[in-house]
Amino acid sequence: MRHGVNLAVGPLSFRVGSAWPGPVAALRHLYAGYPGCETADFTVRLEPVTPWRRWVRPSVAIQGDYVLPDAAPLPLAHGLVAAEMGMNLQMALGERRYLLLHAASVEKDGRALILTGESGAGKSTLAAWLGEHGWRFMGDEFALLEPETGLLFPFPRAVSLKNESIAAMAAFVAGDRFGPRLEGTPKGTIRHIRPNDQAVARMTEPARPALILFPRFGHAAEIRPVGPAEAFMRLTQASTNYVALGQRGFDALTGLVQNCRALALDYPDGAKAAELIELIWAEAAR
Amino acid sequence: MSARLLVQTLRNPTSLPADCDWTGLIAAARAEQLVGSLAFRLEGRKVPERVERLLAMHRADAGRVRVQALWEAEMARRALAPIGIPVVLLKGTAFHAAGLEAAQGRNVGDLDILVPRDSLGEVERALIAHGWERMKEADGYDDLYYRQWMHELPPLIHRERDRMADVHHTILPLTARPKPDAAALIAASIALPDGLRMLSPEDMIVHAAAHLIADGDMAGGLRNLWDIDRLLREFSRVDGFWPRLRERAGRHGLGPAVERAVRLAHDLYATPIPPSWRRWSAMDAPFKRRLLARNGWGQPTRPVTRFGFYVRGHLMRMPPMMLVRHLVTKARAKPDQSVSSTPISSE
Repeated sequence: MRHGVNLAVGPLSFRVGSAWPGPVAALRHLYAGYPGCETADFTVRLEPVTPWRRWVRPSVAIQGDYVLPDAAPLPLAHGLVAAEMGMNLQMALGERRYLLLHAASVEKDGRALILTGESGAGKSTLAAWLGEHGWRFMGDEFALLEPETGLLFPFPRAVSLKNESIAAMAAFVAGDRFGPRLEGTPKGTIRHIRPNDQAVARMTEPARPALILFPRFGHAAEIRPVGPAEAFMRLTQASTNYVALGQRGFDALTGLVQNCRALALDYPDGAKAAELIELIWAEAAR
Repeated sequence: MSARLLVQTLRNPTSLPADCDWTGLIAAARAEQLVGSLAFRLEGRKVPERVERLLAMHRADAGRVRVQALWEAEMARRALAPIGIPVVLLKGTAFHAAGLEAAQGRNVGDLDILVPRDSLGEVERALIAHGWERMKEADGYDDLYYRQWMHELPPLIHRERDRMADVHHTILPLTARPKPDAAALIAASIALPDGLRMLSPEDMIVHAAAHLIADGDMAGGLRNLWDIDRLLREFSRVDGFWPRLRERAGRHGLGPAVERAVRLAHDLYATPIPPSWRRWSAMDAPFKRRLLARNGWGQPTRPVTRFGFYVRGHLMRMPPMMLVRHLVTKARAKPDQSVSSTPISSE
């Protein structure tokens, strides 16, 4: 590959190669200050779908150690999204040391809050907001549960903000931490934010899970308890490698839901959610 | 060339250069489905800490692969037991079920079984009754193509476990020139403790060689050749193995394919072989070139060689007029996704 960069994110590491300079330059800017790594756990390749599509209407195919056969290519302008999707894909299909939860997570006093829910539930935005307001941001896409210890490891890749969340975060985050504005991606308008210095400096430091929240944006404020059995079922669906981990995965998840309270949180806006989360945390994480 | 580094490491794990390109080695091994084997070959060796964590992960995952493969075989056994026909496990599942050295770190994708041709209908019905489903549209071009010309049924997939099953009735497509003796494969098969069967050692090599040399475009060839190396090392400890192998290969019409596979295994993986098998052929070189066509990013290289073997794969499977008809049908059917994956590109 003509262009490449090695990146460590949390306890894992990636090598991203690209046929074009653009995506690698964008990654280097977005991940400025992240440690490099000599050897990478996973390789991602951004390649033209056909040789001529390197030059003519450049189109990026997401390749790497692990691939989905029918993954749609992206235009070169969205190369950064392709790189992020490629990294996520390697994790989802290849990682077996940690149970991967499709969840955001933040930490306070060595204890972790896990936010999980469907796309659009607002977990990225909430985690990013909390990360600027007294919490350590651990990740907005994957939380890594180590089955042997029950500890949650961070995966603080760049936060992927969508649509309205972009303007909401611009009020708290310095401009140089923002990536380019990417219009018309499969998920709408996307803009990435580099996590703050604390999140990066402590990115290999785990935390003990203390509370699981299932947030839901756009509803009147309400908090409901979620029993361990339901939390377990929802988390199996939120995990990309639960089945592949076999009994280790089962033990890890049953351990998690037995040791952690789980609550569903409906919220109308970010300010209300933040207020409720602080309230619940004071109660639940004692 | 990282395929070369991969081969060299598998052959001799102590030979690693001090400035080894670990990421390239692992990317090539993953692309060739050999990362599990590599992880076991490097067990206990001095490697960087991050690499060791990764290799340990792949070794641990091999246990899951094994359980999943054996479970799939057991599910098929339960589905087929009432019919009372012999079910012969093939390829990776057989290695695991028999506890062969070739099973160490061996990935298993689909369940491959061999049954008598005249019981195919019954077997398919029994599997469908137990949750397997057809992947190809019934009576579509691919479905009919498989049934008329291939050595296996159109692939089935289990609707709950999402695992594929390939039901073979012989080991080469019916259009291929060699005609293996499928009845002899089953007659010589060996019972495993749980009621399933596996091919005899010699037939296992013949099948692996047929798959590697006499069928398809050599995709996944390095892994198939690694299987052959491990199997030969284990089986040749029994006296009289090599003459039996030659006799058996001849019986299935696969003498040249087996000899070439044995020579390539010796050449790339240093498999010990008797002097009478070392008749070098100038035509081995392109096979070796094709096997090593992978770089340290895990990308395929040598497009011309690859294309040559792609064409060869088609020509071996189809007489020219049939190939023309096939390609025209495929080209016309292209907008329709349901027939765009051809049996020719299947492994």
